[in-house]
Amino acid sequence: MKCRTCRGPAIIDLPRHNANFCAEHFMQLCRRQTSKAIDDFDMIARDDRVLVAVSGGKDSLAVWDLLIDLGFDADGLYIGLGIGEYSETSRRYAEDFASARGLHLHVVSLPQEHGFDIPTAAKATGRVPCSACGMSKRHIFDQVARDEGYDVLVTGHNLDDEAAVLYGNVLRWDTDYLARQLPVLPARNGFPKKVKPLIRLTEREMAAWCIIRGIDYIVEECPLAAGNRHLNYKDALNAMEEKSPGSKASFYLGFLERMAPLLESTARAGTETLRPCSRCGAPTGSATDDSCAFCRLTERSSAHAPVAVEAFLKKPRQRRREQAAESAEQASS
Amino acid sequence: MDHRREDQDADPGVAPQPTREVVVSVKVVLRNPHREVTIDGRRRVHALLAELQLSRESHLVIRNGTLVPGDAELDVDDVIEIRPVISGGS
Repeated sequence: MKCRTCRGPAIIDLPRHNANFCAEHFMQLCRRQTSKAIDDFDMIARDDRVLVAVSGGKDSLAVWDLLIDLGFDADGLYIGLGIGEYSETSRRYAEDFASARGLHLHVVSLPQEHGFDIPTAAKATGRVPCSACGMSKRHIFDQVARDEGYDVLVTGHNLDDEAAVLYGNVLRWDTDYLARQLPVLPARNGFPKKVKPLIRLTEREMAAWCIIRGIDYIVEECPLAAGNRHLNYKDALNAMEEKSPGSKASFYLGFLERMAPLLESTARAGTETLRPCSRCGAPTGSATDDSCAFCRLTERSSAHAPVAVEAFLKKPRQRRREQAAESAEQASS
Repeated sequence: MDHRREDQDADPGVAPQPTREVVVSVKVVLRNPHREVTIDGRRRVHALLAELQLSRESHLVIRNGTLVPGDAELDVDDVIEIRPVISGGS
């Protein structure tokens, strides 16, 4: 296989582009796709202070690397979630990346600063771990961005992530979530601007970026995420992609171009009821509580006996039951 | 596909012996969970993934530390890693 651009030996084949690339021209493609996403959706201005949410995985380290490579001024934020050895290892990858490049990394520890970890939060609240984790991360991202005066919060969500979430939202015809599934959420009511510069690049491409650039990242999957709903959606989409290359890009980018504009009024309606949490001051849309969901999660989790990660390493049948219950809960909410 | 290669070291001055066949095997490291498999015979990357029932869309193949495309042939001395690229969570 030869590189489409220079005809030298290719190191990767990209069926969705019907092309193969050498390392140099593959990186050129990644830079171009990232710049196009940033420009098309007005994600980041040249003088913005940027905070990148970093997990130690390939996508967050790749987007941080790409932003620095493209000339943006970007710091990182790592959140220790208390997921046993997995959290310790992922933190080392994030810290090593930052120190090797002289970049600034904020580190927040959920157990040390909020008194609980994700396994305990999941048990205490009856949520699946990914739900408790996502809520905690979003709250801390917002808080650090607000407190430290960052203009933009960047996450490493890629095309596969967005296509999988879209797939799930469409399966349930969840119009509220569909209306909010945009690559840019503007700053509003105490929330920072949030952007996803990797929406035009796949997970496979981001892993390739890291390998080519010599970025060490945590390859192991989070032990609490195994078998979750999004992984099933990704498997389904990748099966389609193999038979019909370009399906994922067409599905998600087509949604942004042709469907999202029709949902604008639904998205606007969702922002009208926000007010400050009575405990932490973060914006909250709860109709029944004065405090935000994260403060309620903190209260219940910190009062619960500690739960080990191993408590969640369950048999497939148990996982399927929980996923079915979670889907039913989301469908009825 | 060539699954075996013949031994070429026979002395021409000696009466031919029955042909001895050497099985070529390629050692492959997989992740999540970490394990090693040995594949008999040379393979191209796409054929290897198909044989292991792994999606091309969700895996990369690294030979001796360098990415290789689908048509690359993997040899007996190569160090092969098949790396999954899918991550979960919300």
